[in-house]
Amino acid sequence: MVHSYLPVPPSCVDPRLKCRCAVRHTSFQNAMLAPPPIISVSNLSKTYGSGFKALKGINLDIKRGEIFALLGPNGAGKTTLISIICGIANLSEGRVTVGGHDINSDYRAARSLIGLVPQELHTDSFETVWATVSFSRGLFGKPKNPAHIEKVLKDLSLWDKKDSKIITLSGGMKRRVMIAKALSHEPQILFLDEPTAGVDVELRKGMWDVVRGLQASGVTIILTTHYIQEAEEMADRIGVINKGEIILVEDKAGLMQKLGKKHLKLYLQGKVDALPASLAAYNLELSDDGRAIIYDYDTKGERTGITSLLGDLRNAGIHISDLDTTQSSLEDIFVSLVRAP
Amino acid sequence: MNYRAIRAIYLFEMARTWRTLLQSIVSPVVSTSLYFVVFGAAIGSRITEVEGVSYGTFIVPGLVMLSVLTQSIANASFGIYFPKFVGTIYEILSAPVSYIEIVIGYVGAAATKSIILGLIIMATAALFVPLHIQHPLWMLAFLVLTAVTFSLFGFIIGIWADGFEKLQMIPMLIVTPLTFLGGSFYSVNMLPSGWRTITLLNPVVYLISGFRWSFYEIADVSVALSLGMTLGFLAICMVLVWWIFRTGYRLKN
Repeated sequence: MVHSYLPVPPSCVDPRLKCRCAVRHTSFQNAMLAPPPIISVSNLSKTYGSGFKALKGINLDIKRGEIFALLGPNGAGKTTLISIICGIANLSEGRVTVGGHDINSDYRAARSLIGLVPQELHTDSFETVWATVSFSRGLFGKPKNPAHIEKVLKDLSLWDKKDSKIITLSGGMKRRVMIAKALSHEPQILFLDEPTAGVDVELRKGMWDVVRGLQASGVTIILTTHYIQEAEEMADRIGVINKGEIILVEDKAGLMQKLGKKHLKLYLQGKVDALPASLAAYNLELSDDGRAIIYDYDTKGERTGITSLLGDLRNAGIHISDLDTTQSSLEDIFVSLVRAP
Repeated sequence: MNYRAIRAIYLFEMARTWRTLLQSIVSPVVSTSLYFVVFGAAIGSRITEVEGVSYGTFIVPGLVMLSVLTQSIANASFGIYFPKFVGTIYEILSAPVSYIEIVIGYVGAAATKSIILGLIIMATAALFVPLHIQHPLWMLAFLVLTAVTFSLFGFIIGIWADGFEKLQMIPMLIVTPLTFLGGSFYSVNMLPSGWRTITLLNPVVYLISGFRWSFYEIADVSVALSLGMTLGFLAICMVLVWWIFRTGYRLKN
């Protein structure tokens, strides 16, 4: 993978040579225009003591300010990848930089940029919400700032619980306490590992609003999720990881367009018992009640086959009363990707 | 140095101490008082002076050490084991803190608690027997050194343990017997020569001997040897902790 960390040619430092530079080093300037990735993962591998290879040569750049969704089935390596970037697990091979800082040789600078919300609800039980969130801020070396903690707690609807012991809170509230802890030290990057697992629909929507607000304030967000809907609704880019390998990284819109299939549903004027043999080439599906035909087509293809299908239907004496088309969801795309051999 | 992180960990651990004040302070004081009643008053009344001091007075340094050793190990091992057990260790590992800062925070808090406890037990002892301390500074030095060393040892046990049973195993099976056999309740010189030689292999003998010397100038072994052995044990613990963090042993996958 090519990174944007290109050295500035020494001659560019000299203003007298500025014009010449502009001509000679156009490619440098173009490269410099692209902001460096906030997280850069190169050739990252992780082998556990048992010999299990959890990650195999991962290359991934996260852009500053984006919401990146990492999708993958259970055991694909999502949490391992996050754990390594955040310092909870050691890497076996490769290199990771956060904000340009190596996570091993310059771990203080790298980690101070990151807020982590792990998948499991790991909380102290007998501390108050205020104490535990303040503790996190101190742990990250930041001076006390009650106004910031207050804002975080209010944004997460936890303000009225600030003096409650964590053990008395519901699961959804505990999840928000963990987000508050991660935000206590004003991180530039927020990792949300399955943030809305076990959270009810209303609260989930509230959490999405918080995430969008964070992105608006310049925070880069990396989330893993099982809810494809969440990625579809929230993410700017999507990465799919399976069996320790990144199999795809794409803009969400591009991904939907590139791999998206459309379903055309044709509602019939009358009931049809079976489809005529002349239509076999279209791989049509007849609805159970015999009153609709479903046709899948690929939007990437040069020809969708719709025109000829409609002509052949008319020739077969099948008349249509209505139609609609639907785009396949990210979930369909995801399932087809991870099932591919 | 991330001083704010050290402070955060230290205060977090001390807050746990204040929350559990009854178990932390009151119960060791009660059990020590029982020792005084049983050994000092009941049995001690039948024993003549030991090396020039009354038996009740003689056992005070040993009793203080008994509590300081066991409490240092218990506090520090629980302090680091519990975040591992409930999973909150993720935050410590992902924070911009060095292992030295983590150790100072946890071990510092555990040692502080044991030192406070040691001083409270001494004050309790003074209610039962006349107490005089010949070398108060040396007494404090031995107290602090022992509390720090054994808190460090406890920290290692807390990281090594992967279950509550193991957390209890080392203190129950090794430390408590060694303390009882280390001259808490008797002078090593009272033993037959064969047993005396075996007893000198017990590291706790040196701690108690040095500590008792700071009270009454009575020692089983020389003070320099006591100090040297304590510092040696401290060094071993520090090397082990360094190795744990370098390899991520039982902390990081």
